[in-house]
Amino acid sequence: MRAAWILIPLLGWGAACSNPDDRITLHVFATSSLTAAFEEMSEAFEASNPDVDVVLNVAASSTLASQIRDGAPVDVFASADQANVDKVIDRVIGEPSVFATNRLQIITEASNPLGIETLNDLADPSVLFVTCDVDVPIGAYTAAVLAKAGVTLSPVSLEENVKGIVAKVTTGEADAGIVFVTDVLAAGSTATGVDIPDDLNVIASYPIARLSNDDEAEAFVRFVTSSDGRAILEQFGFGEA
Amino acid sequence: MLAVIATAFFALPFVGLLWRTPWSDVADVITDQSVRRALWLSIQTSVLATVFALLFGVPLAWVLARVSFPFRSLVRALATLSMVLPPVVGGVALFFSFGRRGLFGQYLDDWFGVRLPFTTAGVVVAQTFVSMPFLVLTVESAFRQFDIRYDDVARSLGATRWHAFRRVTLPAIRPAIIAGVVLAWARALGEFGATITFAGNLPGTTQTMPLATYLALETDPGAALVLSIVLIVVSFAVLIGLRDRWLGNPNEVTRS
Repeated sequence: MRAAWILIPLLGWGAACSNPDDRITLHVFATSSLTAAFEEMSEAFEASNPDVDVVLNVAASSTLASQIRDGAPVDVFASADQANVDKVIDRVIGEPSVFATNRLQIITEASNPLGIETLNDLADPSVLFVTCDVDVPIGAYTAAVLAKAGVTLSPVSLEENVKGIVAKVTTGEADAGIVFVTDVLAAGSTATGVDIPDDLNVIASYPIARLSNDDEAEAFVRFVTSSDGRAILEQFGFGEA
Repeated sequence: MLAVIATAFFALPFVGLLWRTPWSDVADVITDQSVRRALWLSIQTSVLATVFALLFGVPLAWVLARVSFPFRSLVRALATLSMVLPPVVGGVALFFSFGRRGLFGQYLDDWFGVRLPFTTAGVVVAQTFVSMPFLVLTVESAFRQFDIRYDDVARSLGATRWHAFRRVTLPAIRPAIIAGVVLAWARALGEFGATITFAGNLPGTTQTMPLATYLALETDPGAALVLSIVLIVVSFAVLIGLRDRWLGNPNEVTRS
């Protein structure tokens, strides 16, 4: 039975992961486009709730939804669309509420070397265009915009999430993609955004859902929708709900 | 006791996988157009990657085993680095060297119009990068174990160096070459990290079986399970086919 001794630290570690000490761990699942805004949000929340550790998990809303479906520990889910909240709706407590909006923009390399100005310019076969699968919110929104504009594109790659599109464009591997305006803003000087006209654009609504009964989960959702939370979201370019 | 735990540790994930597999959907998933495309792409790219690994790997293994030169151990470490490296890191490295804006990639594009990211060629490069070390290591150790005196005897009897290599050395290390080829091929078939990082993901062009499996997990977990089963069956068949040659008496490598 000496073998059992070897397993003990391993089991102890597994247990420790879920509860390091007396502090409360809050698992917040946030869609990729919220990365920077929710890092700031978590810090601000932790500052006013010193006994809470916010553990942020960022990925495509569709990835997060499938992790939740598979039983990942989660207290709060902030998605870039309602469709992915609906996938886990049986685990949602109360009504999900829209806390932010976003719009789409064409992203190009810094200073737009190809001079892309319209959605039609993306159809040029020499332009390497990247997007996401339609299961990922940005992929679905992009498809909606292109359908409105009557433009058909053949992407060279379907990235895992919106930040994947940003990375492929800012490193110069791809020429353009369609992402949220907040992503172009977050990319700073490494990317240039090209506006999509209002009549062709879509408004992306971001719902936030509570998936646990903990008071902290409720407090976090309240904080995100408070004026303090609003201010942080605005700072990162998100629109009002 | 520890051996039992180890066996259980290896066996249980497969039990779980088989348990959850929607067997009634297997036929549907396997005949699905996109799955067949991913499987076919995987077969083509992994075979090509193995051919490249063989073409360049055997000479490299021979040099490492038989030629004494400065920095030999450094070269050996370099040649096997991608085996221990997390594949994603390999992908990032390829990206910044052979990508469109990469150190060397920009010249590939400017001078030859060759573009690797987002192309099937990029998949083959990524797979070759991670799989060749398996062949090099296996073949190099066979070259080392092979008694060079057989070679010397052949040459003293009038064989040229090339003739002795081809007719004496190569047949003797054939089992090791086969083992190396199979290991490299299996590694290429399973390649995920370097492929998705360097070559991207597009059905029919760069979306191989492992990528399709991973991405299906989000949208259609049943399909992901079936895809996993297909990969397991292929890998298992290879292992069993290999068993006699590879796990047999190591002396056979030098004899045969």
